Amino acid sequence: MTTLTTDAAPQSAAPAKGSNKSRPRTPAEWILMILACLGALIVVFPMVLLLINAFKSPADYANSSPLDLPKALDFTGIKTFWETQNFPRALWNSIFISTMVAVLGVILSVLNSFAIGIGRVRGRTWIVLAFLMANLIPQEMLFDPLFKLYDKLGLLSNPWSVIITFTVIQAAFGTYLLSSLLGTFPKEILEAAAVDGASRGKILRSVIVPIIRPTLSVLMVFFFIWTWNEFLLPLAFLNTSDSLTVPLLLEQLNGERQTDTTTLIAGTLISIIPTMIFFLIFQRTLTRGITAGAVK
Amino acid sequence: MSSSLPLVREQRRKRRPAEAARIPERSGSKLGYWLYFIPGAIAVGIVIFYPLVRNLRLSFFHWKGGRAEEHFAGLDNWIALFSDHEFLQSFRNIFLVVIAMVIIPTLLGLIISALLFDVVGRRFSGKLSSFLRATYYLPQILPIAVAGVMFSWILKPNSDGVLNQFLSAITGSTVEINWLGGSYGTAMGSVMVLMIWIQIGYPIVIFMAALGRVEPQLYEAAELDGANWFQRFRAITLPMIRPEVFVVALTTTIAALKVFAPVFILTGGGPTKSTYVPSFYAYNEFIKGPDKGYAATIASAITIVVFVVAVIFIQVQTRAERKDA
Repeated sequence: MTTLTTDAAPQSAAPAKGSNKSRPRTPAEWILMILACLGALIVVFPMVLLLINAFKSPADYANSSPLDLPKALDFTGIKTFWETQNFPRALWNSIFISTMVAVLGVILSVLNSFAIGIGRVRGRTWIVLAFLMANLIPQEMLFDPLFKLYDKLGLLSNPWSVIITFTVIQAAFGTYLLSSLLGTFPKEILEAAAVDGASRGKILRSVIVPIIRPTLSVLMVFFFIWTWNEFLLPLAFLNTSDSLTVPLLLEQLNGERQTDTTTLIAGTLISIIPTMIFFLIFQRTLTRGITAGAVK
Repeated sequence: MSSSLPLVREQRRKRRPAEAARIPERSGSKLGYWLYFIPGAIAVGIVIFYPLVRNLRLSFFHWKGGRAEEHFAGLDNWIALFSDHEFLQSFRNIFLVVIAMVIIPTLLGLIISALLFDVVGRRFSGKLSSFLRATYYLPQILPIAVAGVMFSWILKPNSDGVLNQFLSAITGSTVEINWLGGSYGTAMGSVMVLMIWIQIGYPIVIFMAALGRVEPQLYEAAELDGANWFQRFRAITLPMIRPEVFVVALTTTIAALKVFAPVFILTGGGPTKSTYVPSFYAYNEFIKGPDKGYAATIASAITIVVFVVAVIFIQVQTRAERKDA
């Protein structure tokens, strides 16, 4: 759990500067380094292809190899995608859903883990396991009953059907993580606050939450991106063109027979851009976050 | 991506009550803490446990869906499941998915993270190794649906397809391989390549964080003793990061059992239903199948398998830890 809670944990692979740098690099080391770079190149290669080809005119695309640079920057594909698809709407749906899940999921995790980690209620191990079920369960198990339930409540094709579902699923992981974190919360601080006459709710709000804020923000980033990427349940619950999320919009475009290739490539590129921006801003948080829990 | 969700191992080390953080009981009895559970309990009850019970129940009924009546089926659906060719095929495919999502990424992840940490990070530059790590991790944060659409573009069947164009350029003759629809081998292979591509960053990031724990002196000492890179990898790196290997294997295995989007987008289960995976099969039956009860049976079967696998993993890990202790 260390990497999530302490910023001092060794994050980058930056080595201790010194002794072993003095020795000259061997040819074998150069080869290994180049192999590591080649591997990374292979990984980004599909995205590079996308970037090159999204700016070709349909004619240029048809007549050139996918590896060729565009003859001239052409925005036909991007324009067609923008005009035929309601991307801003899908972008807004994705942002709204993911943000709400991130915020509500963290709030729910904090409430649950307060009772488990600080309150140490009876049967807490079982409660944590019960919550973890939400994470383990395959989503098609939830699909039919929830579909009927949301149908009855008039929530189908409404972002709230997805928000409610994923708030619970993400909070399950949050509850697990925060419960063990709060279980080691310094009790002197709690006692001091209680002596000052603070109520439980007040201690939670003005003592505990501010102290664990860094962890909460990592969780929030993760809940956001996990929800953004979700596919199966949004596919099932959101089925009007106004309610689509970014992945759903793109998948639908992919399925349409008359879509020309340049429009599809341009659409794919545009769908990746929000994720890329998010990645650039939160790269450190993401790499720190996924190691949470993996480390003792 | 929740498929790489860092599901953590069970809390084993119970803290002694004496060390437990607790607000003194003055501000009310311990019962008061249950109040904080109310929202969570209601939410989990409605969103998880209600569907779980409904689906388990439905697996013992025949039901056409909609307003049709449910007919009690006893074990019919469950018995049918075990002789259902498509279900068995979908389950066999899971082994290939496990190879693509668990085994290959973990092995490659071990090698690449050791390379990045030990060679690039220590002998070249820490900045470069962090940058490469981020690059490998990038596919993990792309929506799987978007990655799937990207691959379906690359794998287009006609001469329009990117991969076919490559092969045409290399071989000098027109290649028109129907990657996704032609044969089981190329279709399943394509799905597997997409999965490897998506998964590779996850073990790398986790293993590199684990390697950060290793005392650099350990490596230096081994180096002075004349151990080569591979010897150091085997004697120091591997044992040090064994707990992380466990976590990665557990989380990715569970993700593999639940895999859905790559198959849905790339092959739609084809050609002729040969790339079905259980999750996709269950979804398809819920949407198009004649018997929702049977769909519920498939979903329930997957759930049971996921739980069994999770329990086995945790058992094995606990035993391994005890042996260490």
